Amino acid sequence: MIRDNSKGYILELAKKGVRDDGRGLLNYRDIKIEYDISNNAEGSAAVTIGKTRVVCGVKLSTGEPYPDKPDEGSIVVNAEFAPISSPTFEPGAPGEESIELARVVDRGIRESRAVDFKKLCIKSGEKMWMVMIDLYIQNHDGNLIDAAALAAIAALTKAKFPKYDMETDTIDYHEHKKDKLPLVRHPIACTIHKMNGTLFVDPTFDEEALSDARLTVTVSEDGNINAMQKGGQAGLSEDEILKGVEIALEKSNEIRKHLK
Amino acid sequence: MKRPDGRKPEDLRPMEAKVGVIENATGSAMFRIGNTIAIAGVYGPREMHPKRLEDPEKSVIKCYYDMYSFSVPERKRPGPDRRSIELSMVIRNALEPAILTKEFPKSGIDIFVSIIQADAGTRCAAITAASMALADAGIPMKDLVCAVACGNVRDTAVADLNKEEEDVELTTDIPIAYMPRAKKITLLQADGDLTAERFKEALKLGIQGCEQIYELQKKALREKYQVSGEMIEDKD
Repeated sequence: MIRDNSKGYILELAKKGVRDDGRGLLNYRDIKIEYDISNNAEGSAAVTIGKTRVVCGVKLSTGEPYPDKPDEGSIVVNAEFAPISSPTFEPGAPGEESIELARVVDRGIRESRAVDFKKLCIKSGEKMWMVMIDLYIQNHDGNLIDAAALAAIAALTKAKFPKYDMETDTIDYHEHKKDKLPLVRHPIACTIHKMNGTLFVDPTFDEEALSDARLTVTVSEDGNINAMQKGGQAGLSEDEILKGVEIALEKSNEIRKHLK
Repeated sequence: MKRPDGRKPEDLRPMEAKVGVIENATGSAMFRIGNTIAIAGVYGPREMHPKRLEDPEKSVIKCYYDMYSFSVPERKRPGPDRRSIELSMVIRNALEPAILTKEFPKSGIDIFVSIIQADAGTRCAAITAASMALADAGIPMKDLVCAVACGNVRDTAVADLNKEEEDVELTTDIPIAYMPRAKKITLLQADGDLTAERFKEALKLGIQGCEQIYELQKKALREKYQVSGEMIEDKD
């Protein structure tokens, strides 16, 4: 957990609007995306934001469409807060944090219809493509939601369909077709934190531990908001929320530029 | 005999090793052999959790082997299964003989290994990576532990089977782990069907392979610490 001596220091700095690594309140750490980090995935990517590193792999399988959407495919997002990535994570079943993260990432992709779900339909009412998006934290130094959402979209941009034989209903994972997954929008999650009344983005682990509240806003390239999630103990005023949305609109455009 | 990827029986696949890949871990390393990639992170020695498992004589080693869901062609359900629980145990048993656990009584050392990409030999890659991670964590050890599979494919003894070879009918897969200085084998498993003579040949290739991996491990560790080494010399 956070060391007591840095606690007072970070809080003191927040009051003055500065940060211990010298960043501005609305500046992200360096963002890097590596593609194709695992070749058995249909698409994969690793995102590093400062010392935080999240990897994502996309696997495709077939399934039966949901009765209410017979002409659409679907996505499943899962996140593993692996204990290799932080002394604060314990081995075991996914906890509430990892489930929340997966669901926030899921909603951003689902609600923006980033993937053209209609094109994932193989046969109406019978067969569809299921897009399994698996996130693994490799090093936790704060801001996992933004890193994970970016890793998911990055991996999706690279995903290709495996060869599928409709007659026998079998997938050959060793052969991939040239056509990519139909990705039509690129939702980006931007999380705004509040500490001592100051709004800021991209917290380190220590800053995040002292954050009073957070608001994740997922924005597509046309500036529409697709998902939001408020977290943390403290409340946010209407002004703070509107300011947060404004920050997210600007920052998401900057972050999206890192996508290839 | 030519192997599917053109190697000679004794040849290992191309390898890569890097020390220091997970910032938060006390020690960490990546090891790639062919298309198999493992990363290992070590935390500790740290306070033992839960406390009742504490040993007044020595540090308690725990090991967790985990395969990424997308590391294999058909998605694997995330989280532990029976296979990963067994592998976690044999990996711990392979590493523990090298660790001077009595140096840190009452503490715990946790070893986590993730398989990012799998093409056979993942438990061996896990051991090789974990051993470097332990050294990187500064945990006193008698020796590094190196591991590779050997076996019998199409009636020929080979080292470092890939998935294609592993899937050939009647293949015997023999993962081994080895401490090169002590010349001790700390992991040995086998499944298949082979003569004692062929086993002897295969084991020899396996040990040779481990010795090559040992050199790469030492090189990767030196690469990380070379910079600080130069700084010390400069002061003198």
